[in-house]
Amino acid sequence: MPHTDVVVTGLGATTPLGGDVASTWDAMLAGRSGVGPLTQEWAQSLPVRIAAQLAVDPSEKIERVKMRRLDRSEAVALIAAHEAWADSGLADSGLDTERLAVSVGTGIGGAMTLLAQDDILEASGPRKVSPHTVPMLMPNGPAAWVGLELGAKAGVHSVASACATGAEAIAQGVEIIRAGRADVVVAGGSEAVVHALPIAGFASMRAMSVRNDDPERASRPWDKGRDGFVLGEGAGVVVLERADHAKARGARVYARLAGTGITSDGFDIVQPDPEGTGFVRAVRMALAEADLAGTDVVHVNAHATSTPTGDMVEVAGLRTAIGDHVVLTSTKSMTGHLLGAAGAVETIATILAIRDGVIPPTINLDDPEDGLLDVAAHKARHVDVPVALNNSFGFGGHNVALLFTRP
Amino acid sequence: MTRDEIIAGLAEILEEVAGVNPDDVAEEKSFTDELDVDSLSMVEVVVAAEEKFGVKIPDNEVQNLKTVGDAVSYIESNA
Repeated sequence: MPHTDVVVTGLGATTPLGGDVASTWDAMLAGRSGVGPLTQEWAQSLPVRIAAQLAVDPSEKIERVKMRRLDRSEAVALIAAHEAWADSGLADSGLDTERLAVSVGTGIGGAMTLLAQDDILEASGPRKVSPHTVPMLMPNGPAAWVGLELGAKAGVHSVASACATGAEAIAQGVEIIRAGRADVVVAGGSEAVVHALPIAGFASMRAMSVRNDDPERASRPWDKGRDGFVLGEGAGVVVLERADHAKARGARVYARLAGTGITSDGFDIVQPDPEGTGFVRAVRMALAEADLAGTDVVHVNAHATSTPTGDMVEVAGLRTAIGDHVVLTSTKSMTGHLLGAAGAVETIATILAIRDGVIPPTINLDDPEDGLLDVAAHKARHVDVPVALNNSFGFGGHNVALLFTRP
Repeated sequence: MTRDEIIAGLAEILEEVAGVNPDDVAEEKSFTDELDVDSLSMVEVVVAAEEKFGVKIPDNEVQNLKTVGDAVSYIESNA
């Protein structure tokens, strides 16, 4: 049975590089780093004192009283979702909200709220704990707020697959449309956990860069000198739409989401399968669904987080699944690792690479690993991109591949 | 503490917690219907009022505090 065609008609983001899609994309193409020192007092005793914090604080876009009820992960999701929604032109289209669904996930959820309210509980007792605590910390909170504000009535979903969350939420959005449950799905991921505890936890795993004296050069995927990822915060949201629905209303279409692949390693709770077999299967699934060959893929926005183990496993998998011809990039070299938002923000970069015919650079790739594929190192590369792939992996053995084509 | 002073104190809390314009706060105004304070924000208002006015407002009393005037009277006679 032929698949229902799904297209992307709206983009929204708030990232360490910019408060919206346009400023984020400009900064990516310019090769700017969003990483800086953590100057807060709570950070000074941590082994890691760098992060990629939001370029524009949510409080600049959301009024104070509403911010009191929003975890930071919810606030960024709302900002990105409203931008994507406005961008899609659906607001005034007369869309039946019973045909509008939401699929927005977060990797960690409302940890900032959990920790802040626990401090209040310890210091002042239970009566002082905010009555907004539960809706702020629940992991479906970002999706629920987006659904509430857009009036979505076809279901609000929130997958959680760690650092693959944003990509998996988008893949689930495609399935919702293909299952006939909605015509439009607002999909993506959000994360905001720049806080001592998550940093201490990741640092204890030795997963994070400790290049504290040189923040802008700390995130360096595929570079021999890489020493871990840099934590980032932000959100990315796309509007997915049944292609014939978009066509009927004369919508501007960014790209087709031609294929999705979701697999699991069944190997280790945090280590990637060194053979990369689960990841290779995900890419092949996406290709098969799109009825495309590996040779058709021009560009890959890789997961490549700048950890010593993960980066090259992905390259080996890409070689197997697609071939040697693709041009890779890791926009995490600039944004840091947005965890549950990563796959969504990188989806947007992948789509804009197709639209503009330009691949954003991987900065800091000064001393590339042996056996690396072609990477758009240091500078953006202008090349026609009719087909591009976006990969995401998550702790737990999650692999998600999203394949986009020009509309 | 006069009723006007209590109203002024409540207005401060209502602005902080729920963004209510202090000019709108008057004795006859209903918290939920006219000042748009929802049930979760009302909990915050109660906890803040307890602290500000040094009074205990038990949960079973809160449902009787429909208007600003109800709250003022409760605080006036229990503080």
